[in-house]
Amino acid sequence: MFEELKTKNRIPQRKSNQEGNFYKNSSLKPGMNDRIRILREESISTPASLSIERALIETAFYKENDGKYAIPVMRALNFLEICEKKSIYIGTNELIVGERGEKPKAVYTFPELTCHSVGDLHVLNTREQQRYVISEEDIDIYRHEVIPYWKGRSQRDRIFEHVPHEWKAAYEAGMFTEFMEQRAPGHTCMDGKIYRKGMLDFKREIEEEMAKLDYCNDPEALDKEDQLHAMAISCDAIIRLAERHAGKAEEMARHEKNPARVEELNRIAEVCRRVPAHAPRNFWEAIQMYWFIHLGVITELNGWDAFNPGHFDQHLAPFYQNDLENGTLTREEAKELLCCFWIKVNNQPAPPKVGITANESGTYNDFTNINIGGVKPDGSDGVNDVSYLMLEVIEELHILQPGNSVHIASVTPNRFLHAAIKVIRQGHGYPSVFNPDVYIQEMLRSGKSLCDAREGGCSGCIEVGAFGKEAYLLTGYLNVPKILEITLFNGVDPVTGKKVGIETGDPRGFTSYDELYDAFHAQLKYIIDLKIRINHYIDRMYARYYPATFLSVVMDDCIKKGRDYYNGGPRYNTTYIQCTGLGTVTDSLSSLKKHVFEMKDIGMDQLLYAISVNFEGEEVLRQRIINHTPFFGNDDDYADEIAVKVYDDMFDLIDNRPNGKPGGKYHLNMLSTTCHNYFGNVMGAMPNGRLAGKAISDGTSPSHGCDTHGPSAVIRSLSKLDQVKSGGTLLNLRFLPSLLRRDEDVVKLGNLIRSYFAQGGHHVQFNIVDTATLIAARDNPEEYKDLLVRMAGYSDYFNDMHENLKQEIIERTENESF
Amino acid sequence: MPFLFDIKRYSINDGPGVRVTVFFKGCPLSCRWCHNPESISFKTEKLYDKSKCIGCGSCVAVCPENALTLTKTSGVVTDSGECVLCGKCAEVCPTKAIEMSGRDYSEDEVMTAVLKETHIMDASGGGVTFSGGEPLMYPEALKSLLIRCGMEGIHRAIDTSGCVKSPVVEDILPHADLFLYDLKLMNAQNHRKWVGVDNTLILKNLALISDHDKEYHIRIPLVEGVNTDDENIIKTIDFLNGLKRKPTVVGLLPYHNIASKKYEKLGKTYNGNGMAEPSKERMTQILSVFTANGLNAVIGG
Repeated sequence: MFEELKTKNRIPQRKSNQEGNFYKNSSLKPGMNDRIRILREESISTPASLSIERALIETAFYKENDGKYAIPVMRALNFLEICEKKSIYIGTNELIVGERGEKPKAVYTFPELTCHSVGDLHVLNTREQQRYVISEEDIDIYRHEVIPYWKGRSQRDRIFEHVPHEWKAAYEAGMFTEFMEQRAPGHTCMDGKIYRKGMLDFKREIEEEMAKLDYCNDPEALDKEDQLHAMAISCDAIIRLAERHAGKAEEMARHEKNPARVEELNRIAEVCRRVPAHAPRNFWEAIQMYWFIHLGVITELNGWDAFNPGHFDQHLAPFYQNDLENGTLTREEAKELLCCFWIKVNNQPAPPKVGITANESGTYNDFTNINIGGVKPDGSDGVNDVSYLMLEVIEELHILQPGNSVHIASVTPNRFLHAAIKVIRQGHGYPSVFNPDVYIQEMLRSGKSLCDAREGGCSGCIEVGAFGKEAYLLTGYLNVPKILEITLFNGVDPVTGKKVGIETGDPRGFTSYDELYDAFHAQLKYIIDLKIRINHYIDRMYARYYPATFLSVVMDDCIKKGRDYYNGGPRYNTTYIQCTGLGTVTDSLSSLKKHVFEMKDIGMDQLLYAISVNFEGEEVLRQRIINHTPFFGNDDDYADEIAVKVYDDMFDLIDNRPNGKPGGKYHLNMLSTTCHNYFGNVMGAMPNGRLAGKAISDGTSPSHGCDTHGPSAVIRSLSKLDQVKSGGTLLNLRFLPSLLRRDEDVVKLGNLIRSYFAQGGHHVQFNIVDTATLIAARDNPEEYKDLLVRMAGYSDYFNDMHENLKQEIIERTENESF
Repeated sequence: MPFLFDIKRYSINDGPGVRVTVFFKGCPLSCRWCHNPESISFKTEKLYDKSKCIGCGSCVAVCPENALTLTKTSGVVTDSGECVLCGKCAEVCPTKAIEMSGRDYSEDEVMTAVLKETHIMDASGGGVTFSGGEPLMYPEALKSLLIRCGMEGIHRAIDTSGCVKSPVVEDILPHADLFLYDLKLMNAQNHRKWVGVDNTLILKNLALISDHDKEYHIRIPLVEGVNTDDENIIKTIDFLNGLKRKPTVVGLLPYHNIASKKYEKLGKTYNGNGMAEPSKERMTQILSVFTANGLNAVIGG
């Protein structure tokens, strides 16, 4: 049905899920040409390392200057100092230039926010997962130069100094996590303004606003002056950084023997002299423009989710068309530049996390999430030639970062959807799939203008925002199943025996399910209130002490308001709490309702005993629960209605509460990243039969293996949640590759996506299972009951098959290629 | 009332688009390679999966006929002389190691299950497929369901072996939109040997469907040692080409030995003697013969 895509270079076969080594038995490495192959290989094989350069520049600057300037100006001067002094790296084969650290994969530390101890640095240097290499020599310098200055001054130290006992107890029990304790709030995205204006244009706007300040009548005029002054300095800082790259390229060109490379270096220099001071004029300059802004944002502070170009394909399309028309760019050259950009993002691992934050988000991925497709601000189809180029780049490079997503509105053509599914079925986990028709409604509901909503999209994992105009800060995950767990023990954490909630009564005295639910609701309210109270404190700490003066330049309407990104400067100011484990909490409530209060075949006392001993000696009881309870994700109203109730109650407890900024509001979010693993770790067994320590359900997905009626039943269950009320839901679906082998299967998966989106779904991503997963499924059948095997006239579940047939499917999956 | 053993959602191999497949229980054929052996008997059956059994003995305790024994080597053993298939053991079995297969469904129950898939059926151009077993063995219940689905505007396919009396086919024909017609062997004697019945009715009814100009797909399970020989392939092609209306598509389904566990659950042994999976090369060869003779054939489907 589909004709082969005609590209200059054949896309070689791959083996899924193997970073850097998915090209089977072939000397041919991924990448469209030698340059890209080399850059990609360097990016993958270079280990992540810690660079102390920024910390040293900053500490010296603070020692000399702290107290001399208003805080925003101090922050901007500090940023300028870093841009002036940091080392400049231009790799041998690079076209797009600029690294955060002194080389690829080198990550800065941000001691003003989290001052790593010598012990932390040793752990980072030696731990098995997400290791960051650092030399003993550098650790020693850090010990003498950096740590003594920041100890007790860092944001993290100050936060933990402030928080009350009850917050600490709940935090340590794993009731919630705190995003801002060691990384700055960021979570935002760029819109199209930087392709129309350069930093000098922004500077002019800043100067105009300063000229308008009314010192006689505006009580905030002086604060605004400091902020605007700082923003102007930040513009200079990034221009200086670019000029230094131009200088370096010119110098390298003088020593270069290869005439082709001399030409490239001169071009790099020309580009860096143009952007970001001025608006870009062509495709190359547009990409480099964004990259300098990105570098500025991730160097100024270590904001979550790095930074994000948003609808990059739509922004680049006019440059691409124009360059093709005037003959200054070919399709292959454009793709090469995109590959260079992609690798640049991969060169920036997330800043190292320690403690609970490392548990909640244990990955090098820094969650830049490029939005591809979607709609234009006028509501029409946003897919263009660059969108397809990007899909090719994703498929061919197969690297961890940047994350990417396709946006499938009702106006999006099937051709694009199917092209994306063909990338999805390779099993990279990318791209994820979003529904603009629903997230635009989400944004309208939370007060954005139609045009701003359409220009918005999704960043990080699944969180929705108005790109270039909104601060939408994530403040931490809420462990909703754990809240039910402490409800069952009258506010006490059964894992530690410590009191972390309020007393809502011994559940053995409850005579109805409603009584139990009311107790759960009271605990939920208590924990959410506690979380919000401290959120406000931390939020103000950033606004007062660590304003993001550079990021504020590019976020509407910080210049106009003379306020910082953290201080209500953006047009919209949202704060999210991410509620995790809807599946686990629903299934547990369903089990309690059905067995304890309705069928009465299990006593509350019996169930509490069973979970307190982790079902040891109670396997019959556990199996009865697992196999005879309505669970979420099966299009069964019994369970789905409980999910809807929990979801709606969380919404009522969070949505529209003030967040301390003018007009700013809290909204509900439903993502989980990898936090469902951490949350599961801190929990005992649950009434749904889940054993102690096992992961809870992710996002709004059903509990692992509990959806046994196929993907269309899952999406029906999810559709019962009014997803427009959230700022994003998350659905992971597992598929065997055999369900996606034929062209018709691609079309049918497209139908499934369209069907979910027509019913109000926000997001779905597909985990095309690999051999390792199937082996895990064979060994732990309980957690993989959802794996379907579909063949003509026959259908079964993987785990209902004979051992030797399971083995056969495992082998077939191993050998299958598309 | 329809007597079914399953209703499956997200069926992507039983007709166009994404479908709900309704499985009737009971089949006049007994193909040796049958993938759904629980579909053959017209009665309720008990399935027992020893690998899921944790030996708790709940079933033994609850059985009113004392028909069950818990053994060390074979798990729960049922004395079929005593068992009345009341299903109490399945109700209490915590792990669903014991399950009952086959029960009467009300028409409304079937329709509710089918209509749950409305969105995906609409989005995919799918519909409902009545399969089995042999749906045409329940002509009244089937016809009534077909009419109900027709009133809802749902595309209706019937997956049949065609081994029923011709007036039944004629009666059902106007209420179906598509037949998925299974064709196994052209030689009557071989057909009896492997499928257990004669193929005269099957060929006659296929001609009937074709004469009525009704759309149909042919599905041929290809089993090495049974029906992949040149003679059978050529005869099949000749027969199809001799029909008034050709099939929209001929699906060539390579045999897989995937159902043996289902036989164990029924307490039966799977007899795979003389049957093998056809090689990829042979499948490609057969495909090309069909294609060369003007038939639209695909592997799978």
